[in-house]
Amino acid sequence: MAIDKHDTPMIDQLVPGPWPSFIKGIQRLRDEHPSERINGMANDLLGQLETSYETRKGYWKGGTISVFGYGGGIIPRFTELKNEDGNSRFPEAQEFHTMRIQPPGGFHYTTDMLRTIMDLDEKHGSGMICLHGQTGNLMLVGMDSDAIQPLFDEMNAIGWDLGGAGPCVRTGMSCVGAARCEHSNADEIKINRVLLNNFQDDMHRPALPYKFKFKVSGCANDCTNSIQRADMAIIGTWRDDMKVNQDEVKAYVEKKGRKYVVDNVISRCPTNSLSLNDDDTLEVNNKDCVRCMHCINVMTKALSAGDDKGVTLLIGGKRTLKIGDLFGTVLVPFMKLDTDEDYEKLVELAEECIDFFAENALEHERTGEMIERIGLANFLEGIGVDIDPNMINHPRVSSYVRMDDWDEEAAKWKESKAG
Amino acid sequence: MSNAPVMPIESGTPDSFQYMHPTLRKNYGQWAYHDRPRPGVLHHVSNFGDEVWTVKAASPRQLDILTLREICDIADEFCKGYLRFTMRGNIEYMVTEESQLEPLIKRLNDAGYPIGGTGNSVTMISHTQGWLHCDIPGTDASGVVKSLMDELIDEFVVEEMPNRVHITTSCCQINCGGQGDIAINIQHTKPPKINHDLVGNACERPSVVARCPVAAIRPAMVNGKPTLEVDEKKCICCGACFPPCPPMQINDPEHSKLAVWVGGKHSNARSKPMFHKLVAAGLPNNAPRWPEVAGVVKKILAAYKENANDYERMGEWVERIGWQQFFDLTGLPFTKYHIDNWRGSRNSLNQSAHIRF
Ligand code: HEM
Ligand code: SF4
Ligand code: SF4
Ligand code: SF4
Ligand code: SF4
Repeated sequence: MAIDKHDTPMIDQLVPGPWPSFIKGIQRLRDEHPSERINGMANDLLGQLETSYETRKGYWKGGTISVFGYGGGIIPRFTELKNEDGNSRFPEAQEFHTMRIQPPGGFHYTTDMLRTIMDLDEKHGSGMICLHGQTGNLMLVGMDSDAIQPLFDEMNAIGWDLGGAGPCVRTGMSCVGAARCEHSNADEIKINRVLLNNFQDDMHRPALPYKFKFKVSGCANDCTNSIQRADMAIIGTWRDDMKVNQDEVKAYVEKKGRKYVVDNVISRCPTNSLSLNDDDTLEVNNKDCVRCMHCINVMTKALSAGDDKGVTLLIGGKRTLKIGDLFGTVLVPFMKLDTDEDYEKLVELAEECIDFFAENALEHERTGEMIERIGLANFLEGIGVDIDPNMINHPRVSSYVRMDDWDEEAAKWKESKAG
Repeated sequence: MSNAPVMPIESGTPDSFQYMHPTLRKNYGQWAYHDRPRPGVLHHVSNFGDEVWTVKAASPRQLDILTLREICDIADEFCKGYLRFTMRGNIEYMVTEESQLEPLIKRLNDAGYPIGGTGNSVTMISHTQGWLHCDIPGTDASGVVKSLMDELIDEFVVEEMPNRVHITTSCCQINCGGQGDIAINIQHTKPPKINHDLVGNACERPSVVARCPVAAIRPAMVNGKPTLEVDEKKCICCGACFPPCPPMQINDPEHSKLAVWVGGKHSNARSKPMFHKLVAAGLPNNAPRWPEVAGVVKKILAAYKENANDYERMGEWVERIGWQQFFDLTGLPFTKYHIDNWRGSRNSLNQSAHIRF
């Protein structure tokens, strides 16, 4: 049966052009897919979207739905576009919920597995899949309420689990890292998985003051934007000397010229840690190098990270709501992650942070905002982490503070240095 | 129904190795270096001498299964059935023979997937849900990206920028899209219009009051019903009250505008990470192709391309040349609204005698 296609002159303008078109994709579901149910859903989705384009307004409202045993992970969407009689103007897409699925770290897939997911989505959902959301979820977009439980059951049976939504530990993300990047200083996939899978209860049953996100990057290039977006950022680094292949340095200077190397490598080092010798070899002051990655990014063959690898942890990154954007700030300057005990320490620290957050944050307050409110020193004391000068840009500039127990605090520092 | 519900298996995040390309699995943590033989292609060499060429292709991100099956067909033909996606939504195809490169690229281009987004290019725009699926958006997400990437395609397929350019979009002021070298975000310009009949039932009033960053909301009675009212002089039109209280309608077809921000940077390379800064606002939410936004973005990109030094990200370039020159070079107006007055804003003022002439 041919369906009565909605007229969509505005979004039709998003079909032509060189960039792949999502509108064309939805139209294909409407026109080419063998299932009438999917044709109808796509048609009504296009109808609703066209209405948004015409009126410049959104027409979805949320709700609360989950699957048996969980409290979150589904983003319910009900249309607000109703006729006078109260019936939906676009009935076949009147319920268009999203299922957030935790993806494999690094977003690696086999086509077999993607096809299996697609077959399930085709059976129960709308045939739309988002790869991926900004938080990192694989999102099955568009299903009605009755489809949620059966689709989840079938997904769950083949190894997929719901992601986070609401005030909970959210789905995490890790960079491609060790799988295909020479800059990697960490086992990003393992870190991501060990952390997240320790907090599945907190992910599936939202009960925190607000969201808590982990993101893992293998080096300071921070491809997952963890410092700006994660409540806890885990970033690979190293503490011994960087490796320099002087023959490759010379070859690079020969190829690019001295001026280029001076202008683009030597003088771009943020801590003036590099110097080009008269014989075109490179001198590195590893004491001052802050592991920013610039010189290594530019001279990929000549320079690489050292062998004593580990991670730096930052805490409290977030976006705008409510007090404005916050960067994560250093929580642990360096931590080894080799043995099982190392990983246990990381998990324990994350647990401390999340427990403290759960107990001390105000409703709808992110970790960074809580720390801003109570001060970093109080937070550190609460989670049992020692202070470290690497945590600050500079010491305080305001004298308005009480320092009754200065002597004790100074003694603690001396003790920690002696120990 | 006779089927008793089963408790979910809390398997969490799955093991990536079962889905990882065998050459990547074999060389996990053993990559030695990479280079870029041409735009859109990365070539990685491992300590064992294994090589892999990665072709980065454009994706609409919101994928229908018919298209995604075709994307999989290509991976079956060339990549033994393996593929991955990037943070920003590009598709990555990996091959282990250099000879497979040209046929793969041709196959992708013929199928309508431009390849690019590597090195110093303008890569895929990080974006969100928009009208397609969010419950609070002031504009669309995928449509803005499609129309902008159509305009910027010439910079996606080459590597001619001073450094990489990461653009983001957000369809409300929550800014799910993230920080960007250029960020295109909704900026509301009028306080919410309140449907007083609905507030009492739909909203948990104290928590809505608590959401407002400037304490502009207070409980009130209208027509004998409990509701909320907004001190419109105080209100900064941020929209934070709208998600917890949909009757406080912030989205407005006319007055929800688009603003453009520049200089966000997440990498730690050279300078520390930076937030983006406001440069243009008041742009109309002109669906379906947002030409005014595209115009501003192209102006900024042209000035950056022409004037920045190699390896300077957008924000680093502006730090070197100063904002005076930025506004001169782009021809964008500088207004009193560029001067921050939010908390900590004094640090954004020029606290020195450093002036460029
Ligand atoms: C009311 C409704 C909201 C909806 C429907 C919504 C929707 C979304 C979606 C679909 C994503 C991508 C999710 C994924 O990848 O799994 C996302 C990411 C994000 N959301 Fe929301 N969101 C909402 C509220 C908020 C609020 C209140 C904040 C505020 C602070 C927020 C901040 C973010 C941020 C910062 C990201 C992405 C960046 C990151 O990866 O951390 N969202 N949101
Ligand atoms: S963050 Fe570093 S290790 Fe990870 S993919 Fe980016 S450059 Fe590679
Ligand atoms: S990694 Fe960064 S800080 Fe270290 S030497 Fe290279 S450019 Fe300088
Ligand atoms: S930016 Fe705002 S409107 Fe857009 S998807 Fe995110 S929460 Fe929704
Ligand atoms: S729009 Fe923002 S400032 Fe205005 S009342 Fe709502 S929360 Fe407060």
